[in-house]
Amino acid sequence: MITSQPDAHGHFGPYGGRYVPEVLMNPLEELEQAYIAARKDPTFQAELNDLLANYAGRPTPLYYAKRLSTNLDGAEIYIKREDLLHTGAHKINNCLGQVLLARRMGKKRIIAETGAGQHGVATATVCALFGLKCRVYMGEEDMRRQRLNVFRMRLLGAEVVGVGTGSKTLKDAISEAMRDWVTNVADTYYLLGSALGSHPYPLMVRDFHSCIGIEAREQILKATGRLPDSIFACVGGGSNAIGIFHAFIGDASVKLIGIEAGGRGPELGEHAARMTGSLPGVLQGAYSYLLQDADGQVALTHSISAGLDYAMIGPEHAWLADRGRAEYVNCSDAEALDAACVLSRTEGLIPALESSHAVAEAIKQAPGAKGQIFIVSLSGRGDKDIDIYRENLKDLDEPDTHK
Amino acid sequence: MSPTRISKRFEQLREKGEPGLVAYITAGDPSLERTPDLVFALERGGADFIELGVPFSDPIADGPVIQRGSARALANGTNVAKVLDIARRVREKSQIPLLLFSYMNPLLRYGFERLAKDAVAAGIDGCLLTDLSVEEAEHHLGALRTAGLDTVFLAAPTSPPERLALVARYSTGFIYLVSRTGVTGEQDTVSDAVGPLVAATRKLTSLPLAVGFGIAKARDAAVVGAIAEAVVVGSAFVRLIENNAASPDLDAKLEALARELKQGAVSARKKT
Repeated sequence: MITSQPDAHGHFGPYGGRYVPEVLMNPLEELEQAYIAARKDPTFQAELNDLLANYAGRPTPLYYAKRLSTNLDGAEIYIKREDLLHTGAHKINNCLGQVLLARRMGKKRIIAETGAGQHGVATATVCALFGLKCRVYMGEEDMRRQRLNVFRMRLLGAEVVGVGTGSKTLKDAISEAMRDWVTNVADTYYLLGSALGSHPYPLMVRDFHSCIGIEAREQILKATGRLPDSIFACVGGGSNAIGIFHAFIGDASVKLIGIEAGGRGPELGEHAARMTGSLPGVLQGAYSYLLQDADGQVALTHSISAGLDYAMIGPEHAWLADRGRAEYVNCSDAEALDAACVLSRTEGLIPALESSHAVAEAIKQAPGAKGQIFIVSLSGRGDKDIDIYRENLKDLDEPDTHK
Repeated sequence: MSPTRISKRFEQLREKGEPGLVAYITAGDPSLERTPDLVFALERGGADFIELGVPFSDPIADGPVIQRGSARALANGTNVAKVLDIARRVREKSQIPLLLFSYMNPLLRYGFERLAKDAVAAGIDGCLLTDLSVEEAEHHLGALRTAGLDTVFLAAPTSPPERLALVARYSTGFIYLVSRTGVTGEQDTVSDAVGPLVAATRKLTSLPLAVGFGIAKARDAAVVGAIAEAVVVGSAFVRLIENNAASPDLDAKLEALARELKQGAVSARKKT
């Protein structure tokens, strides 16, 4: 049976590891030790489970999308409703876990990066919950596209710091958060929001999201009496995807499909599809597939969805891909927008633009898959993206529209 | 491995009882053409070693000054091959020890085997990668060492004794001690962490120790020069280059700053 666990130094196969300045090596070691101890501690787990159930809203439903399935006349599509969680996306699972860990470690100040703003909002939320100081780094381009989330973070008491270097997106926000952490490492906890970065982050973030797949596996067995044929999840760093995939890795019959951002087209700089021809490289603490130029400079990326707009894929995904256990495809900006419209109108679910990529691929594959069962991870809801939907669906935004 | 220009220079400095000056500049800033002349200016001013920065798009360990220098260098088309060209041009006139200073990815993409051969042929003596921990370096070191390059690793105030021992075991040429937690950039005073870090590392190794991060003035160089074999200065040089990029006096100003820092460092030993 295929399993997926890192080695003692945090390598998933050749990927992952710890590529950081020496200043951070011992703090990462301490974080790993604290996490290993917490993972084994029943009081930590009990506190986390209580918060997940009573504060965040777990378990989330597995919803049978009957009208969507009927219209596509193919696979039976089930939707894992992470969009129903408090703060509107799966990100809160990881934030609750890590904030409890930060408290255990006696850290008083929390920093985070955010792309779409969902992780920033979730971090600001758990910091408010525990009365911790919170600073969130966010690329200025992302602040523009996700203004609502910037306001939400500030309303929750967090300080949002704009990052104006590089592409002014997630990658640059992570670099700035790492510089803050290097400087203030003694009292500061870096609450990284995706299955990225140095060991133990990819392991820890995956573990805190693994509830998604554990629940989905039980729910689909209960609902249909069998395992699904395919699972679809969008992949930026890959936290919701690894969270839902993990419980199924040993089930060889279940296809695991990660959907990256195809953006505007296949030219370097126009997309964030790392698994279509990029080489592995080192960025921000880890070794994994990386969009880069011939000189090893990190390429610019583009996606309509800020949460998928990142040059590297999480290291565990790279390893699952190499071993053929998961496959990675991509959907364009336009396909994601179309899928969002379809899901909104057939099921009354307005998805986050990130999650729309997973919906798009399921819609593509469903018609040829009569008799099969699909699960789609609806990692977040679309409220935060309303401005982008409005910009791109202008005909709906006229006062006298009857469409 | 036979001694490199780095080890030989430290030996000469030891004989003279003098601390060395390690000067960092980003290759290709303000231009690829100017960099060799800037190296010669630093050498005239008294720099003993040159770290040639190979710019990277995402320099997580660098503060704003070196970030901007890296961005300028990248805009000028700087890459590993062009930095090696610069090294060859320096070697036509000078035997000053040269280190490549970079992040992992540009070198990984060039290929370590190929880099090791090409770097030695170009006259490079050592290599230091900010985001390459000793743990991850294991299978790249062979290629670099076999070719005859020194591999310098960083130690930090957050490194406990067992990590200092690892860093000492993997380093050749010298050990680079990071004076404080933080990114590169000038500071008003030298961190209190330096003394204990030098003392703790000294117990574990006989390698020369160079101290950097935040050192910008002769006064700071004196504090470090009193206890370490070398002082590393980067951002102060890069800032001077930024502010005088178009000035005909850039070389002279760089030379003057190097002289001031070297004299600061040397003054510390004379007193004791």
